[in-house]
Amino acid sequence: MHVPDGFLDAPTSVATGVVAAGVVGASLVRAARHELDERTAPLAGLVAVFVFAAQMVNFPVGAGTSGHLLGAALAAVLVGPATATLCLTVVLAVQAFLFADGGVTALGTNVLLMGVVGVWVGYGVARGALALLPRKLSSIPVAAAAGALVSVPVAALSFTGLYALGGAAPIPLGALAGTMVGWHLLIGVGEAVITFLAVTSIVAARPDLVHVARGRLPALELRIPEVVA
Amino acid sequence: MGSAPGAHLHVEGDTVLHRLPAHTKLVGLMAFVLAVVSVPSEAHVALGALLALGVAVLLSTRVAARHLLPRLAVETPFAVFALVLPFVAVGPTTALGPVTVSQTGLTAAVALLLKGTTGVVTAVAFAVTTRPRDLVRALQHLRVPDPLVLIASFMVRYLDVVADQLRRMKVARASRGFSARSVRAWPVLAAGTGALFIRSYERGERVHLAMVSRGWTGAMPMTSPLSATPGQWATALAPALVAVVVSVGVRMAG
Repeated sequence: MHVPDGFLDAPTSVATGVVAAGVVGASLVRAARHELDERTAPLAGLVAVFVFAAQMVNFPVGAGTSGHLLGAALAAVLVGPATATLCLTVVLAVQAFLFADGGVTALGTNVLLMGVVGVWVGYGVARGALALLPRKLSSIPVAAAAGALVSVPVAALSFTGLYALGGAAPIPLGALAGTMVGWHLLIGVGEAVITFLAVTSIVAARPDLVHVARGRLPALELRIPEVVA
Repeated sequence: MGSAPGAHLHVEGDTVLHRLPAHTKLVGLMAFVLAVVSVPSEAHVALGALLALGVAVLLSTRVAARHLLPRLAVETPFAVFALVLPFVAVGPTTALGPVTVSQTGLTAAVALLLKGTTGVVTAVAFAVTTRPRDLVRALQHLRVPDPLVLIASFMVRYLDVVADQLRRMKVARASRGFSARSVRAWPVLAAGTGALFIRSYERGERVHLAMVSRGWTGAMPMTSPLSATPGQWATALAPALVAVVVSVGVRMAG
């Protein structure tokens, strides 16, 4: 899933790196203002570990093959988009530098596709869906699934756009876009189902941890029996 | 691709690459691979020579092949793409044995394989000689914003802890007769993923509170800052310099 070195030419790699750095910088500011402050860095660090570990869970597809979660939309729904961008950025950097997964010069490209497009499209769609759905807790997994479903093919389409700018070989763009979106729509369906199931279980156990559920939780009331003994 | 848990990241050793300060290696790695990517795709001989240089750097770490080979396997998916490329690309065609393929696609596929393999080989050389802790120190030294450095430091510190938790959950499922064979297993696996999130988040809360109670104010103290001599910088940047010279030379000659 990660773009390796040499897939896009050097100018495109550098340009995506600059754009990615800009968005990550903006996410730093937004995360500090709305989602967490520096003192809560351990929380963001453990969320990054979670994203990394969640990608290790293999979901059988059938015929001996399996896929895994990408987790951009899931992270955005759970901890908020700016924090999710930061966590995905760190996950991708660690994967590139310590696991050689994704090229080191393609790090900017990968951050842009997954950490920015994947996260913000997923979050935007989930927010939009929540505005339409009834104001119940059970709407949250549905909205998260919608975000996951849309974010994967949109990220694939963004990759096609980058490939058109600085791709390694002339492939007919219409065919490339069609193939990429077609396959990733399927992957997106799997991502949506897994995201739905995972968010359902989290909302059932700890709805207070889900970022998009803020303001939707029933206020807790303190009840004291009027007559004791 | 999700990376396998418990993959051997760093392998102890005492070679030139092991001794170089992490930040010089990081800069050297980025500069080298960027220069390799900038070599024009038609220059296959030059790219092959740079791949040989990358392999030489990897071999200089004297890390056993059984540690290295599994790490190089991450390349497989895009090697498949490179094999398909000559058949789907457009442009003038050429005969390759019994089949006709796109000339530009073939050129690009060979270049893609050479560049991508060079990237993976050099990144593995970096990974096996650099402790995860030193990667974080290198990022801190290179002025990466503090929150990112902190997230990275907590990530490398708790990676094995959470990976072990994941493994225990897997053992617990297996010992109750669960086996993931079809799509019907998804609800169980997804609920496990949800549980993993809650456990990770709660662990983060506990770590945070424990740190606050020990006087954490939000700034990570810089202990034993990294430093490098000009000689160490020169060693770390030597492969990058070679690659830049090759890249410029190919462009001038072409």
